[in-house]
Amino acid sequence: MVWVICLGPLTHLLYQLQTDDLGANPIRYVTHKLGDATLRILMVCLSLTPIRLLFGMAWQMMLRRLLGLFVFFYVSLHFSVWIALDHFFNGKRLLTDIIKRPYITVGMLGLILLVPLAVTSTSWMMKRLGGKNWRRLHKLVYVVGVLGVLHYLWLVKKGVNTPFGYAAVLIVLLGIRIWNWAKRRHASRTSSSALTVG
Amino acid sequence: MLILNAPKIKSSEITDHQLYLSRRSFLVGSAAIALSSLHPGGPGPFRSAATAQPTGQPLKAERNKLFTVEEPLTPFKHVTTYNNFYEFGTDKEDPSELAETLKPHPWSIEVSGLILKPKTYGIDDLLRLSPLEERVYHLRCVEGWSMVVPWIGYPLSSLIKRVEPTSQARFIEFTTLLDPKQFPGQKKRLFQVSSLDWPYTEGLRMDEALHPLTLLTFGLYGQVLPNQNGAPVRVIVPWKYGFKSAKSLVRIRFVSEQPKTTWEKASPHEYGFYSNVNPKVDHPRWSQETERRIGELRRRDTMPFNGYADQVASLYSGMDLKKYF
Repeated sequence: MVWVICLGPLTHLLYQLQTDDLGANPIRYVTHKLGDATLRILMVCLSLTPIRLLFGMAWQMMLRRLLGLFVFFYVSLHFSVWIALDHFFNGKRLLTDIIKRPYITVGMLGLILLVPLAVTSTSWMMKRLGGKNWRRLHKLVYVVGVLGVLHYLWLVKKGVNTPFGYAAVLIVLLGIRIWNWAKRRHASRTSSSALTVG
Repeated sequence: MLILNAPKIKSSEITDHQLYLSRRSFLVGSAAIALSSLHPGGPGPFRSAATAQPTGQPLKAERNKLFTVEEPLTPFKHVTTYNNFYEFGTDKEDPSELAETLKPHPWSIEVSGLILKPKTYGIDDLLRLSPLEERVYHLRCVEGWSMVVPWIGYPLSSLIKRVEPTSQARFIEFTTLLDPKQFPGQKKRLFQVSSLDWPYTEGLRMDEALHPLTLLTFGLYGQVLPNQNGAPVRVIVPWKYGFKSAKSLVRIRFVSEQPKTTWEKASPHEYGFYSNVNPKVDHPRWSQETERRIGELRRRDTMPFNGYADQVASLYSGMDLKKYF
């Protein structure tokens, strides 16, 4: 089921490619659709923990790795299209863009940060790193979320409001985590002080 | 005692072996797709030219060879479905999908300001004011894509001469229709973070407006302008970025001061009054060195003044084009 949903955007693009329905500017269209898919799955990924915190459900947590890898999959496609089709491997131009254009800089950074997460996604790597280190490393996904949304925010023209929607979702999702973290911190403080008194 | 840092990986969080194995296959799959998309000759969007043909009300005009670039035309289908026209919406497909909401007939255009013969023209009278001609121009969007379009119209200078501007008239301001009933993009939306300041206004310096390349435009591809392309009348200024060529005009006003244009108000550091096509002056967020011609796979170099430097560069001699972008 998750596979079907996650492969949906790609299947749709391939279907449109086959039926010659990618519009007047197909490279731009494909790049945008792949970027959209990346951000959407990333947001779903980031909502799994808040769902657990708010509703106590835990089954969805097992989807994290698969969804995370789909995020990496789509961002890799997004990036490949940009390099190969948009700029035809023109190294100088790509480099200038990465350095000079803030939206590309943050997008690139987000992609780079996802690489260690994808590499350490296997059970073997998880064991090798140890749960604590592994979880610390994978906190990077929050940074990636922020970078991804910034990438979109900085790229659009005035009047295009979709990235603000992503920003709102991200703020809520990270907000729930911060709220939970503060609550736990507070709880642990009260209990540890109770312990000293006792 | 509380142990706060105990590992919290539940067995349910660890992906089962089957999923882990299948993960590889999709990484391999992604590589295959990335590679297969590199074949420009293969099946796909670059294979066929558009099949859709003009179906609107015909508008006949002789082609003016002096004002025609000898390059393949961008297919009618793309010219009429890939549009920036924020009055309909911010997506490129919005204008063609919502085009029917605009009623370009009857229509009147107020010509006013610092002129001796102010007049409100009905669209049919304006159309007959001067002989129509077809011109094939480059169109370069500020976003980095371009087209080649056969427009139909007559030089704006024909209208200007007729209404006799006074010596104080130094600029011309163009105003697009303001009517949220006909232009859904002008409706106030909930949570609208930023929108354009309607009505859309654009402007030209008098010498730019009088330049023979500047076309008062009524049609394209042998028919009257489709609504999504700025019906019933627009201006085309081919050496400037597309947004300078205001659409669906209801007013042409002669003024003494440089008008504030809509995109200038929206984002002054990104969209200047002049907005001449210039590969050497970047948009703050992207380079303007190259463009993608709609229908082509590879980017091509953008030309100074969109290829019209010979005709128009002299208008700006001595001006710092980086400052007056």
